[in-house]
Amino acid sequence: MAGITGKDAALTAYADALAAQAPKGRSLTQDALRRLFNNKAALLSIFVLTAIVLFAYIGPYLLPWAYDKIDWAGIRKPPDWAKGHYFGTDQNGRDMLARTLQGTQMSLLVAAVATGVSVVIGIIYGAIAGYFGGRIDAVMMRFVDIMYALPYILFVIILVVIFGRSPVLLFVGIGCLEWLTMARIVRGQTLSIKQREFIEAAKAGGARPFTIIFRHIVPNLTGPVVIYATLTIPEIIITESFLSYLGLGVQEPQTSLGTLISFGAPVAEALPWMLYTPAAILVTMLLCFSYLGDGLRDALDPKDR
Amino acid sequence: MFGYALRRVLTAIPIVLITITVCFFILRLAPGGPFDGERALPPDVMKNLRAHYNLDQPLLTQYLIYLGGVLRGDFGPSMVMEDFSVSRLISIGLPFTLMLGFSAFVVGTIGGMLAGAVAAVNQNKWPDYLLVAIVLVGIIIPNFLMANLVQLFFGVYLHWLPVGGYHPGSLIHLVLPIFILALPHGGRVARLVRGSMIEVLGTNYVRTARSKGLGTRLILARHALKPALLPVVSYLGPGLSYLLTGSLVVEQVFALPGIGKYFITAALNRDYGLVLGTTILYVFIILALNLIVDVLYAWLDPKVRYR
Repeated sequence: MAGITGKDAALTAYADALAAQAPKGRSLTQDALRRLFNNKAALLSIFVLTAIVLFAYIGPYLLPWAYDKIDWAGIRKPPDWAKGHYFGTDQNGRDMLARTLQGTQMSLLVAAVATGVSVVIGIIYGAIAGYFGGRIDAVMMRFVDIMYALPYILFVIILVVIFGRSPVLLFVGIGCLEWLTMARIVRGQTLSIKQREFIEAAKAGGARPFTIIFRHIVPNLTGPVVIYATLTIPEIIITESFLSYLGLGVQEPQTSLGTLISFGAPVAEALPWMLYTPAAILVTMLLCFSYLGDGLRDALDPKDR
Repeated sequence: MFGYALRRVLTAIPIVLITITVCFFILRLAPGGPFDGERALPPDVMKNLRAHYNLDQPLLTQYLIYLGGVLRGDFGPSMVMEDFSVSRLISIGLPFTLMLGFSAFVVGTIGGMLAGAVAAVNQNKWPDYLLVAIVLVGIIIPNFLMANLVQLFFGVYLHWLPVGGYHPGSLIHLVLPIFILALPHGGRVARLVRGSMIEVLGTNYVRTARSKGLGTRLILARHALKPALLPVVSYLGPGLSYLLTGSLVVEQVFALPGIGKYFITAALNRDYGLVLGTTILYVFIILALNLIVDVLYAWLDPKVRYR
């Protein structure tokens, strides 16, 4: 605030006053977030999901029993608050709540990594097909059509059987097979984006095709990619738990929700808590992701309601 | 029309070939095999086994032998279940899987169409909300969990239906499996029909029909139903492949004698002959069904033919 006349101070004060009166500008993201927060179901889903994620990662430190610790005095016991087995124990005397939390962690991890893999593959594939168009596009999309028609779960099973049952493989294997719809959506968006003026400007400026794709097209795909990624997560959770249910996924003492359900199902008549605890968490998560995905779709793409 | 169908058949052939090739080589090149037991077999026995399954031949020769066999409908021997050829196992399991899948398909499609139409006509009233809730539950709860839950409630707690198993001709054993397969399929169909029906009911020609005094039922039957069903037809292809992969789970949970059960047992036992045979069969069935659906769609919607 230097100056002899105090002109700057006066002007700043005036500008501040103007800014205070003027309506605040809103970005597209802010608009979308406002719409998302107006959606009660989506908002509730965000809270519940956050709670589940936090509890899955922090909860194990607060529980008296670790997921692989055996309580020899409490084998196959129903929920018992005094002993700290809030959801009972399994046939080996391990605490069900601790195991469910560990399983939730694993399912979330698989979902996150596999979704990441599928998003990356889908974006690259779809953007290249859409941008170059013509024969390249025809061939690449024909390949996607073919893959669509094939029962991909069989291929996941074959891959898992062949390369052993490591979680990493599970992540990558599922991700590599879940990118098809993402590629289709990205291609469709790319087709319309590449007609826009800024792409023409980039071309005129001498940018190379891959620079245009990754610098100018991909950032514009954020909306649909976020929506679709949210919808992919539950599919991957289902696929993972399905594989684990068949005994092809995560192995002991590690566990996942599918593994827990597959161990709980045969004994559900005598030890119902072994089935219902993981099942409840799984269904809640799937429901929340589905509502959140719908909410995001409405928020980011209001004309499509 | 005929040209379109022919073109589709011709493009399906290389897909089947590619699938066979890729699966064959992946499975042959994989580390480990069905003969890796706890105890190593004597070298002579191993040599004879390998000779019996043609594993001592060069890979390319094995491939050609296998391909020749497949063309003649012979999928080779099973490597774990002795005395059984893969074709024999398939001929035992396939009719059951097809029967199960087809029944679930019919039940789910018809049920879904009716439910979707009812929901669309009663949009934003209680039948609509009820249906949307049921559809959500049916689609969201994974089928292996749903299968276990209904098994528990109707089989174990209520004793209304058998928990699993099957003997030929017993319909009551099929109620739960068909319900589990049909529920998500019917749910997706219902969702599609509801959406397109609401759209169709808002069109001008439906309004015209209404304004000239036609009853609701007549409008639905004569004007609204056919255009509202088009998206369903295009869903039926993917829907069928969901059904077939769903039968993997249902056969496992309800202990039913179909090829899905063979596939999973074979995968767990590393019985590569059987895995390969069942995979090829699944791919073949799904491609054939997709083909039928596509041709059907082209027949319903002439625009598709000339794309």
